[in-house]
Parts: sequence; C-alpha cells; structure tokens
Amino acid sequence: MSGLRHFASVKVPIRAQHEDGILLMEKPVLEVKELTRTYRSGERTLTVLDSVSLTLNPGSSCAVVGPSGSGKTTLLGLCAGLDRPTSGSVLLDGVLLDPLDEDQLAAVRSESVGFVFQTFQLIPTLTALENVVVPIELRAETRVRSRARELLDQVGLGDRLNHYPSQLSGGEQQRVSLARAFINQPKILFADEPTGNLDAETSERVTELLFELNAAAATTLVLVTHDLELAQRTQRIVELKKGTIHSDQDLLLKSKDLAL
Amino acid sequence: MKFPLLDDWAWKMAWRESRATGKRLFLFVSSITLGVAALVAIGSFGQNLERAVQEQAKSLLGADLVITNRQLFSEETEALFRSWGGEQSREARLASMVYFPESDGSRLVEIRALEGDFPYYGELVTLPAEAAQRFREGPYALVDERMMLQFEVEVGDPVKIGVFQFTVAGKLQRIPGETMTETLVAPRVYIPLSYLSRTDLVQFGSRVSYRNAFRFGPMTEVEQLLEEAEPHMETQRLRSVTVEDRQRRLGRSMENLYRFLSLVGFIALVLGGIGVASAIHIHIKQKLNTVAILRCLGASAGQASTIYLIQAALMSLAGAAVGVLLGIGLQALMPPVLSNFLPVVISFEVSWGAVGQGLAMGLGIGLLFAVLPLLTVRRISPLLALRFSYEQEDSLPREPLRWLVYGLIVAAICLFAVSRTQSWTQGLAFAGGTLAVFLLLVAVASLITVLVKRYFPDSWSYVWRQGLANLYRPNNQTIVVMLALGLGTFLITTLFLIQSTLLNAVSLAGSGDRPDMVLFDIQSDQREEILQIVRSLDLPTQQDVPIVTMRLASVNGRTVQEISEEPERGRRDWALFREYRSTYRESLIDSEELLAGEWYGRVGSPSDKIRISLEQGIARDLGVSPGDQLVFDVQGRPVETEVGSIRKVDWERMQTNFFVVFPVGVLEDAPQFHVLMTQVRSAETSAQLQRTVVQQFPNVSTIDMALVLETVDAVLDNITFVIRTMALFSIITGLVVLVGAVISSRYQRIRESVLLRTLGASRIQIRKIMAIEYLFLGFFAAVTGLFLAILSSWALSYFFFETEFIMELQPVVIVLCVVVGLTMLIGAVSSRGLTNRPPLESLRAEV
Ligand SMILES: Nc1ncnc2c1ncn2[C@@H]1O[C@H](COP(=O)(O)OP(=O)(O)OP(=O)(O)O)[C@@H](O)[C@H]1O
Ligand SMILES: [Mg+2]
Repeated sequence: MSGLRHFASVKVPIRAQHEDGILLMEKPVLEVKELTRTYRSGERTLTVLDSVSLTLNPGSSCAVVGPSGSGKTTLLGLCAGLDRPTSGSVLLDGVLLDPLDEDQLAAVRSESVGFVFQTFQLIPTLTALENVVVPIELRAETRVRSRARELLDQVGLGDRLNHYPSQLSGGEQQRVSLARAFINQPKILFADEPTGNLDAETSERVTELLFELNAAAATTLVLVTHDLELAQRTQRIVELKKGTIHSDQDLLLKSKDLAL
Repeated sequence: MKFPLLDDWAWKMAWRESRATGKRLFLFVSSITLGVAALVAIGSFGQNLERAVQEQAKSLLGADLVITNRQLFSEETEALFRSWGGEQSREARLASMVYFPESDGSRLVEIRALEGDFPYYGELVTLPAEAAQRFREGPYALVDERMMLQFEVEVGDPVKIGVFQFTVAGKLQRIPGETMTETLVAPRVYIPLSYLSRTDLVQFGSRVSYRNAFRFGPMTEVEQLLEEAEPHMETQRLRSVTVEDRQRRLGRSMENLYRFLSLVGFIALVLGGIGVASAIHIHIKQKLNTVAILRCLGASAGQASTIYLIQAALMSLAGAAVGVLLGIGLQALMPPVLSNFLPVVISFEVSWGAVGQGLAMGLGIGLLFAVLPLLTVRRISPLLALRFSYEQEDSLPREPLRWLVYGLIVAAICLFAVSRTQSWTQGLAFAGGTLAVFLLLVAVASLITVLVKRYFPDSWSYVWRQGLANLYRPNNQTIVVMLALGLGTFLITTLFLIQSTLLNAVSLAGSGDRPDMVLFDIQSDQREEILQIVRSLDLPTQQDVPIVTMRLASVNGRTVQEISEEPERGRRDWALFREYRSTYRESLIDSEELLAGEWYGRVGSPSDKIRISLEQGIARDLGVSPGDQLVFDVQGRPVETEVGSIRKVDWERMQTNFFVVFPVGVLEDAPQFHVLMTQVRSAETSAQLQRTVVQQFPNVSTIDMALVLETVDAVLDNITFVIRTMALFSIITGLVVLVGAVISSRYQRIRESVLLRTLGASRIQIRKIMAIEYLFLGFFAAVTGLFLAILSSWALSYFFFETEFIMELQPVVIVLCVVVGLTMLIGAVSSRGLTNRPPLESLRAEV
C-alpha cells in the first residue's frame, strides 16, 4: 500500500484556502448551480435536467441514483465539462467551466478529473499499460511507466501489462480502467455505472478496488449506479427523477460537510 | 499550449495506434503510389528528354545551317554559298515510286539524292554500318529498313528508281533528327546525287526541293551570315533552318507530349488523393470512440487530430516513396516504347528533381485530402464516450472549415494544371474539365444510390436485396469506388471510341464506289496511254484532273511583296508565297459547297473576265472576297482573274481538292500534269497496275489507299498505346482504391456478418451477398463511365473532328465485362478472410 500513500502525500494544495479569515474552510471541489439541460427534437424541447444544484466537498463520496432516463449520465457529463448546460453553472476544482473553450475544458479534465465508464472504454489499439499511461502522458510527464506498473499491480494485473483489451475479460478491462482513472491523481472521479456490465462477483472485486483506491488517494467520488447496495457505501445518495433532485440523503452524519 | 506537431505524445500515440491498423491504412495510401509513380516516371523522362535534345541539338539538323529551295539554286545563290565557305553538302528531295524487281513490288517513297558528307553531326545508322559511306560512291541506294522487310528485299538486291537500277547498299535504320513516324507514309531512300539525272525523274512538273547543308568553323556566326544575306534570301525565296530553329520546333512538340502525359499522371494522383480521403474518413469513423475517450481523459482537440494527421503524413510519405521507386522502374520502360516518336536517343538517368517533386506532390496531395475528414476530429464530442448510442455514426459533425479545404484542393489542382501547361487558359480548362468529369461521376453515382433506395426491388430474394442495399447503407464506399473506377472506364472507353471513329472516317474513303488508288504527276503526253492501261485492266477512271502550278503575283493591284511587308492581322504569308496547284473544270464536285458569289464554269471569249473560285480558308488568309482582283503568275505568264465565288471543301474526302479552281477555257494550253483516280479493290490488281505504270512511266507516282490506311492505323495504334498506358494508370488506381475500400468496409461488415452467421446464415450466403454488392458496384461504375464516354466521344467527333460518330458496341461490352469482372474478383479476394474466421474471433479482433 505504499504506492497509495505516496499518492495521498503529493496532493495538490487546494487553491482557495485564503481570504476573509475562513482559512480553515475547504472550498467545494464541485459546485453545481441551477443546472438545466434541454434537447431539441424538431418542434419539441425535452428538458432532461431541470435546475439541479449540488455541492460536493473534497474527499467526499456521493452516489447518483434514479430510474433510467432520469438524467444521471447527463448530469455527470455536465459536471465533467463533457457537455454544455443550457443554463446554470459548474465550478469544478475552483474553476468555473462556463467560459472555457473546448481545449481549456480538456486541460481541466487532464488536471483534475478521472473517469470510469460502464463500458470500460479502453482504447482497443493500446496495451493495458499504454492505456493506463495515456492521461499522464498527455501532461507530458516523465517516469510514467513505473507509476502505471505499480497501479496495475495494485489492481492485480501486474502480469498482463502488454495485453490488448480484446485479450482481457470484462472485469480485467474495468480494473485497467480503474488504474487509468487514478493515475493522474484526480481531484474528483466520475464513475458511470462502473459495475453495470459485470457479474456479481467481479462487481464486488471492482467495487472494493474502487473504494480502496479512492480512500487512499482521498479523491472525491461521484458514482452513478442502479445498485442500491453500492450506493449505500458512499456518504451521500442523490436521487434524480425526471431531471430534478427528488431526494438528497446523508448517510454519514460525521461527514466533513457537517463537521465544519 | 504547445504546438500539437511538436507534441511527442501525439507522435507516440500515432505510432501505437498504427500498429493495429497500419497495414490497412498503408494499402489505402498506396493509391497515391501509382499517381506518384506516373509523375516521377514522366518527370524524370521529361528531363532526360530535354537533356538529350540539348546535347544532341546539332544532330537534329545534322549541320550548322540548311538552306532549302523549291527549285535549283540560282547562280547568285551558288556564289553566295561559295562566299560562305565551310563544308557543304547538296541534297535533292522528291517523291517517286521505287520498284523492287526481285519481289515485284513498288511503293511511293521520298528519294534523297545526296552529295557531300552530310550529316556532319549525328549519323545515318545503317546495316551494315559502312553502307552509310559506301552508297555515295556508286549506283547504290540506302533503303528504309521496314520497307525492305515489307517487300522482302535484301542488301545487294536491285531497286529501280525511275529508269535506272540501283543496288541496295544497306538498310536505313535511323536518320538524325527524324522520327520513325515521320517516315511511315513515305519511306526514305538515299541515292548519290550524281546518279539522280540517270533516273530521268527530274522533269517538268516534278516537285523537287533542294537543300544545301553547311558545316562552319567554330568562329562563324550563323545568325550574322543569315542577317547579311536576308535581302537575297527573300528575293530568291530561300528558306533557312538553323539548329536553334530545329530545337525550338522539337521542344514545342515534345513539350506537348510531356504536358499531356503529366496531366494524365496528375489525374491518377488526384484519384489517389480521393482514395486517401475516403481511407482516412473510414479510419476516423472507427476511431470516434477512441477520440472521445482521449478527450475525456484530457486530450485537446488539436492533440487528437494531430495523431491522425501524423499517421496520414507518414503513410502518404511511405506511399509516395514506394511510388518513386515504381516510377523509376517505369521510366526505364519508357524510352523503348516512345523511341518511335522521338528524334533523339534517350538515356536512362534518374532525375532527382523529379523524385523530389514526386515525394512532395504525394505528401501534399495525401495531406490535403486527409485534412478533409480530419477536420471532423476536432468536433468529436467527449460525450460520445458516455453515450455512444445516441450519436448516429452517420451524422458526423460538419465542419465549416471544410469549405476552405475544398477551396484549397481546387486551387492546388488548378495551380498544378496551370504550371504543367504553362498557360492559364489551357490549365484552367484542363482543371475545369477534370473537375466537371468528377462532378458528373459523383452526380451519376449519387443518383444511382438514390434511385436504388427509392425503387428498391422488395420482391427480390434476401441475398440479392442485402447485396444491393449495401450500396447505400451507412459506411458505404459507393461514391468513392464509382468515382475511381468510373473515371478509368471513362478514359479508356473514350479512347477506344474516338480511335474507331477516326479510323472509320479514314477507311470510308476507300469504300463503296469511292476511289482507292491515285496516280499523279502524269504528263499531258502520257495521259492517253495511262488511261488505256487503266481501261485494259477493266478499271473505272473516276477522276481525271488536270493540274497547273502557279504563284500569286498581286492582289487588287498590290504585289505580294508589298503586301507581306506591311504586317496586317489575319493575312498569312504562306498564302501569298505558296505554289498553287490549281485545276479547271465546269462544275462543282460533290465534296464542295458554294458559300458566296457565283460559280462560273466557262469563259466564253478571251476578252471575258476570268472568274475563279477560292476555298474559304485561303480566301480568309488572303483577305479577299468575291469581286477582288488577283493576278497569278502561271509559269511566267501573268493571268488576271477576279474572285467569282468562295467554296467550302470537305478535305477529308479522298479526292483531289483545290484551293483555286479556274473556269474551263483559260488554262488548257498552259504546261500541266494530271491526276487520275481509280478503284482497284484488290491488292493484286493494285500491284499489277502499279507495276505496269511504274515500268512504263517512272515519273508517275501512285498511292494505294489501302497501304496508307495501314500506316495511319499503325501510327494511331502507337499513339493510343501510350495514352492507354496512362489511362490504365487511373484504372489501376481505381482498383487499388477499391481494394482499400473493400478491406476497410469489411471491418464494418464483420459485426453484421457474424451476427448473420449466428442467426444461421451460411458462409455461402454471406459470400453471395458480398459478390452481389461488388457486382452492382462494378456494374454501376462501368455504366456511369461508359455513359460519359459515349457522350464525350460523340461530342469530340461532332465538334472537334467534325466527323460522324461511330458507336461501336464491341469495346463497350468488353469494357463493361472487364470492369465488372475485376471488381468482383478483387471484392472476393480481399474479403476472403472474413467468412473463414470463427465468429468469436472476429468479434474479439474487431478494432
Ligand atoms: N442527444 C440527445 N438528444 C435527445 N435526447 C437525449 C440526448 N441525450 C440524452 N437524451 C435524453 O435525456 C434523457 C436522460 O438521459 P440520460 O442518459 O442522462 O439518462 P440516465 O439517467 O443516464 O439513464 P440510464 O440509467 O438508462 O443510463 C433520456 O430521456 C434521453 O433520451
Ligand atoms: Mg446513463
């Protein structure tokens, strides 16, 4: 576990720890305000998200649940700057996303965001190791391979470094994508149904890994899932229905939000 | 942010990405290979040609200066020549029949009676080699090698020229500065000048031209000599040819050949570019998800597109490099193929300029066309990684910048065409034409896909419906393949059709009751006897035309000299000074049509005005119309005439046609000779007639149209061979594009064929579906190309060659079968692996 500790220790200091004497208060890592997203199909406009507001503090974890089509993926996409809201604003890791252009958004993702997808989304032409190093190579960092090897070791794939995604099982692919998600030490990790395509047993293993890595790196976690059991393991459950927040439940009374 | 190309991450990714797809990509980019090969071969060959023309400049003429004259040089001229000094050679040239007693054959040739050591530069290549010298020393002749073959004549055999019998001293293989094609109609025969008089060929009316060739010392300024002698040359109507003149003329005609070839090469390259565009397009479509993931992980749009730009650039470069090698190999083949058309000997040498140009063009075209599909990469939303299903593959984002790229492509094509033709109008016309053909092909191709979709034959069996539907389903390659194949089909078929139309026009001349044998240079006193010979062979005399030679003296009271001195537009000197070979008759003949004025067939009394008829072209060049006064010098006697009418003449008819026709009653007593036309029909009668006439009247020449047709055919064949080779290039490029298209779309088809197989389709059925798809693809491409070819051949025949368009069904059907067959074959071969693999393996390997 030494590797994980190492990650935790190089945490970048949070930008907004100053001003007005509230030095102790940590700025939220994600702050969503009045977020609305509509789609136009012909004459009709379809409101997929309707003024959703949400604030997440560093190190916290949160599950987004809700029936299919309620807008979970849409919300996730907006939070990560993959899409632009019709109205409302997103503040990610202290950066207001709205005025940024596409390349600036990409830079923010590269700096602060990690992803885990339901369909793994490994790049088919790259080996497991190469897939893992992509995010840090993008930042033109060096010594990338040894870190990737350590991470792959931790997810139990130390001997599959040079295998292509098509040579790995679904669970193995998802573990590679976990390694990839953590390699750039993201401030916040978005996971869209990370176990949706896996059987119960593999699911369990991936979930364990996810929380383990998350805890070690003290990453904020946003988890979209249908799996209530999985949702229970986070500190907070936000339930979406028809594009609005139907309920917002704190599971951990001693969460950082309340402590301050 | 860093400049994306300097980003080593993009290079790394480009390399890793291409490990899996590189082979496929390379195949695609190799469509550029053929275009580059053509350009390098042609460019390198062109430079070698240019160098050869430079180096062998003097041997083009064989001397430093040649002075020619239509008659014997006058005393003053001879004095001038003596004053010039240097080495001199004299040559007399005339058309005449030769007769080979051994094989009993005769043929019209150009006799060259030579005295002196000409050629001073280059050499007469003969077999045996020493014959080039030896023939000058006695009653010997050098005879064109191919004619000797034709008549089975050997060195040492006799040859009768006029009334004198020579001995063949050697086979004439090459004359400096002359091409084989120039000698096809009238093969050359060299004899010593001192023996010319013994042939009895130089008589009144025979057209002999004289040439004096000079070799000067190194200090002599040829231009200066000519300048000083100009007044004399003009009054004597002498013409001069210098090495520079020859070089310029040759340069121009070679330039045309070279330009034409390089333009055809360029079409192949543009086709290759389209192949590349479609390759990258498909490639990108398959990489949508990868790009979206990379964007999720924080890659900028620039970084993502740079990956594929690098791939495209490296592949284009590789394709171009292979093309360069191929081009160099190809270039080695060109001199032997083209040597018949070239007056110089070409050596093989690689031109590094052409190589560099080929690489640059390949890379440039590859990148330019690759940028088009790459633009969409910038627009791929990272959201795709989250929800691939919502985004229709077909609705790739449209990039407004693409209009800029289209503009750049069109500009590059125009610029290239202009730089090759070195003329704005020609270049733009060529680029416009190419573009128009491309657009037409695309239009017809998309029309076909729309029609297939609209009137889909629902009642067909599943396999046929599926095959046909593949033409318009997402990721189809219909337009690209049809463009490439269609263009090749179009070029080749147009060539075929035009060739057969032209040949038909020529051979029509000898069919029906049209004459097929011409006897000319008949003296007035020989006419009766020759008519008798013709009649005795039971042959018709179809025309019996008198010819009087004359020159123009004045127009509307001003001498031709005066007129030529004031430079005026639309009037050409050749019309003023040429020797007119005119006839007289009472009525128009069926190849003529009256355009203006009135036809006067006869002059009643000597005091009447002589009203003549002019051909429209010569009337225009002289700038005269009915009512204008012309004075002709008919062998020393001035004849005053008035333009009575203007005629249009169909020159293509196998007939004696004239610029000037006099009325009956004027020229009967002038010195004249006659032309007789008859129809011999069979080769034997032809030989018999020629033999009899040549032996009795050596000065009379005969032309057998069948023979001329053969040679015309041979020349056309040679020329079209070159053009066909080039058209073949575009066909092959088309097929390479097809292979690429098939191989890339097969990745699209893997899923569905695996699915079909899982659902119970047999491998045979799946193969059938594919075969049917390629059947339709080839068929539609061929039909589109053929349709356009027929259209353009018709237009060319009608507007350009002004002849009746002959639609030959045979080549059309052949081309159709070949194109369809090839398409299906390539389709079958390149999708072979698809049905042989087990479904699971295919699904996993899907990349
Ligand atoms: N591009 C689009 N155009 C139109 N409608 C869209 C588009 N993208 C998403 N939607 C609609 O937005 C709604 C919410 O979609 P979203 O993917 O966010 O749901 P979800 O909660 O993630 O569902 P699931 O649990 O099934 O993944 C759906 O009704 C979907 O049809
Ligand atoms: Mg979803």
